[in-house]
Amino acid sequence: MLDTAEQISDSQFEFITFSAGGQNFCLEITQIREIRRWTTVTALPHTPPDVLGVMNLRGAVIPIFDLSARFGLGKTTENERNVVIVAASGDTTIGLLVESVSEILSVDKDAIQETPDIKSDMTKLSILGVISVEDTMVRVVNLETVLATDLQLAV
Amino acid sequence: MSGNSIRDTFFEECEELLEALVEGLAAMEDPNHDPEVVNAVFRAVHSIKGGAGAFGLDRLVHFAHTFETVLDKVRSREMDVDEGLMHLFHRSGDVLTDLVEAARDEREPNGTTEAAVLEDLESHLGGADAEEEFSFDALTLDFGTPMEITPEERQFEIRFKPFRTLYDNGHEPLLLFDALAEIGTLEVKADLDALPAFDSFDPMDSVLSWTMTLSTAAEEDAVREVFEFVDGLCELTIGEAETPAPAAQPDPEPAVDVIAEADSAPKPADPAAEPVAQTASKEARGPKPTLRVDLDRVDRLINTVGELIINQAMISQRIEELDLPTAAQLSNELEAYKLLARDIQEGVMAIRAQPVKPLFQRMSRIVREASDATSKQARLVTMGDSTEVDKTVIERLSDPLTHMIRNAVDHGLETPEQREAAGKDPVGKIKLSAAHRSGSVFIEISDDGAGLDRKRILEKAIDKGLVAADAELTDQEIDNLLFLPGFSTAGSVSNLSGRGVGMDVVKNAVQALGGRVSITSTHGAGTTFTIVLPLTLAVMDGFIISVADQTMVIPIASILETIRPNAKDLHTIGTDSQVIRVRGSYVPVVNVSENLGLVPPERSGVGVLLLVSTETHGLTALKVEDIHDQRQVVIKSLESNYGAIQGVSAATILGDGKIALILDPDELVKLDPASVSPSLSLDTRMEPQHA
Repeated sequence: MLDTAEQISDSQFEFITFSAGGQNFCLEITQIREIRRWTTVTALPHTPPDVLGVMNLRGAVIPIFDLSARFGLGKTTENERNVVIVAASGDTTIGLLVESVSEILSVDKDAIQETPDIKSDMTKLSILGVISVEDTMVRVVNLETVLATDLQLAV
Repeated sequence: MSGNSIRDTFFEECEELLEALVEGLAAMEDPNHDPEVVNAVFRAVHSIKGGAGAFGLDRLVHFAHTFETVLDKVRSREMDVDEGLMHLFHRSGDVLTDLVEAARDEREPNGTTEAAVLEDLESHLGGADAEEEFSFDALTLDFGTPMEITPEERQFEIRFKPFRTLYDNGHEPLLLFDALAEIGTLEVKADLDALPAFDSFDPMDSVLSWTMTLSTAAEEDAVREVFEFVDGLCELTIGEAETPAPAAQPDPEPAVDVIAEADSAPKPADPAAEPVAQTASKEARGPKPTLRVDLDRVDRLINTVGELIINQAMISQRIEELDLPTAAQLSNELEAYKLLARDIQEGVMAIRAQPVKPLFQRMSRIVREASDATSKQARLVTMGDSTEVDKTVIERLSDPLTHMIRNAVDHGLETPEQREAAGKDPVGKIKLSAAHRSGSVFIEISDDGAGLDRKRILEKAIDKGLVAADAELTDQEIDNLLFLPGFSTAGSVSNLSGRGVGMDVVKNAVQALGGRVSITSTHGAGTTFTIVLPLTLAVMDGFIISVADQTMVIPIASILETIRPNAKDLHTIGTDSQVIRVRGSYVPVVNVSENLGLVPPERSGVGVLLLVSTETHGLTALKVEDIHDQRQVVIKSLESNYGAIQGVSAATILGDGKIALILDPDELVKLDPASVSPSLSLDTRMEPQHA
C-alpha cells in the first residue's frame, strides 16, 4: 500500500509516474490506493470501449478503465508489465489499466507547470498540468475527469 | 464529547420524542384513552423544550413552551379536548417537527403556520400565562410575571432511588439535590442498607437511595420538575408530610403517586396500592435497553458478512474441485460452516430492519395537510405498523409514499358532498398497510373514493399523445397509463399533486429498490396501490445463467418458469423476431446476449428460455445459453463506483471471486439490440490479450 506515504513538506508533492498509450503520465500518490497485476475482468454491457469491465477488489465492485483508450490514444497493447492502478477520489474507487509503472517522483510545487494552451478542450480537462523530468514531459492526470463517466474524453 | 456530537444526540433524541409525540396524539384521538397518554405527550414536548433551551434555540423553546402549557391544562383537566383542540395539537406537533428540523439544519423555519398555530395555542391560554414552571424560565425565557411566593411553607418527603441507567445517562444525583435546595430547605439522608460488602462491590451498580425532607413554599409541581429528566431512570416518590416533622421517616407504603403516573391534580392518599406497585415494578426493570450505533459500523459489518458468505462459497467450490476421497466428513463441516455464516448474516441484516411505524406516522401529517388544502375530509388508518423493513427501504419509500398519499386525498377521494350523495361517510378513509408475505414486503395504499376515471385517463393519454387515438386498451392497461412519464390527471394544477412529478417517479423509486407497484381500482369503491418490495437489499435468490459465455445472475422472483424449448415450438416472425408457443399462446423471445450487445457463441443452439412477466412488454421469454444453479447471492452495487447500466441492476461476486452481473428483466426487454454499437461486442473488449 502506497497511500501511507506522507508528503515530505507542504510545498513538495509526490507522484507515481506511468506510461499509457506511449505517453508519460502521473498521479499524485495520495490518490492511489494500490497497484495490482492485471486479471480478467467482467465486461459490462453498453459501455464505451474505454471501460474494460468490473473487477472484484476485496468485495467491492470497481470499474476498470483503459487509460490509453480513455484519452483517445488507442487500446493498451499486451505487455506483461501492464498493471492496474487503483485510485480513489471521494467515495469512488476505480482501476486504471496502464502499460507500466515507472517511478516515484518527488517535485516541488513550483515544478508543476500549467498545461500549455492546446487545441483540444478534452485534453485540457483531463490534464491538470505538466512536469518536466530531464528530457521528458510528465502529464498530471486529472482523476476527476477520468471518473466522470458521462464525459467522452476520446472523441 | 464535542459540542457537536452532543448536539447530534439531542436531535436524534428529538426524532424519537417527536415520534412519541405523534404516537401519543394519535392515541389521544381515542375518547377512552389512558390519561398516561397525555402525560407522555407532555413529557415529549417538555423534553424537547429542555434540550432546546440548553442549545439556546429560543424560537423552539418558546413554541414548545406554549404548546406544553396548553397540554398541561389538558393534563390537569382544566381543559377538555375537543375535535378542534385535537386538530390544533396535531398542527402544533407538525410545527414543532418543522422547528426541530429547521434548528437541526441551521436554517430559518418557514414561519407561516408557526405564527398561526402559536396564536391559536395562546388563545387557549386566555392570556393568563401565570403558572410558569420554574426551572426553564430562568434559563431561557423572560415571562415577566415573577413567581408568586406563597408565604406558607410546606414539607415534602421525597424518596429517590436511582437505577443504574440514571448514572449511565450521565445524571448526577448531587445536582438534583442542589436544585431542590434552591427551592427550599433540604435535608438529605442516604440509605446505605443496600450497600454490599466491599469485596463484592460493583462500582458500576446503583446501590444508594436517599430520603429527603424539603421545606419549601413551592408547589408540588415545582418539586417534580426537578426530577423531570430522570423520569423512568429512578424510583421516585414524592409526598407531602402533613406535619412539619424534622426527621423524615421512610415510609414503606408511601401515600403518594409515582411520577410516571403524574397526574398533577393533587391526589389524596391512594388506598389502592395496586397501581402504584404495578408502576413501580415496571419502573424497576427500567426501559428496555437499546444501543445507539453508528450506521456506518453496521454497514461495514454487513459488508464483511457478505464477504464471509462469498468466502464460504469459494472454499466449498475449491474443496469440491479437489475431489477428495474422504470428503464426506469435510462436507459435513462445510455445511455447518455455511449454516453458521447464514445465521450471522440474518442476524446482522436484522439490525438494519426497522418497523415502518415512524414512516406511517409521518403520513398522517400528509393526510392532514392534504385534506386541509383540498377541503376534503380524510382519515388515515394504518395497519401492520410493526412490519420490519430495511432502513434504506424505509428512507427511500418516504417520498413515493408521500406522493401517493397526497394523490389518494387529492384525486382519489370525493368531496364530502359527493360522498354523502353516494351514501358514503363524508370523511374519506385512506388505508396504509404493511405486511410480510412470501419473502416480500407488501405495502398497500388504498382509498375508499370513487375509483379511477378510466375514460378521463384514456382521453388525457390520447390528448398528450401517449397512446394512439384509436387504441383499444384493457382496463388494466388504462390504469397503468398513470405510470407513464408526463402523465398527470389533475385537470388544473392543484396545490398538492400535479406539480410535474407523477406516478412515474413513484414507480422509478420503487423499482430502484427492486420492487414493483401495481393498481387495482373498483368504480365507486376506491383505488388500491400495492408496492411489493424485497425483504432485504443485500441478498437475493438468483439463477446462475450463461450469456455469451459470461456467467450472470437473474433474480428468481422474476421468473415464472423455465423452458427447454423444442425446435418445433419456436417460430420466426418477420426477419429475425422469434416467438415461442406456450400453452397455446405465442410469447416473444428476447435474446439476452443480443440485447446486452454481447456476441453469442456460435454453437448457442436453442438454449434455455426463462419466462418472465414484464411491465412494459407483458409475458416475454428470455433466451440464455444455460442455467447452472440456484443460489443466494450478495448484491453489490455497480452505481457507487461506476454508474447505472441499462439492463443490469447490480453485480455479485461468485464462488471463484469473479464478478457476475445481475440482470433486470424489465429493463432488459426495453433494450433495442439494433441500437447497440457492434464495437462493444464481447470479443473486441473482453480479450485484452493479457495473460
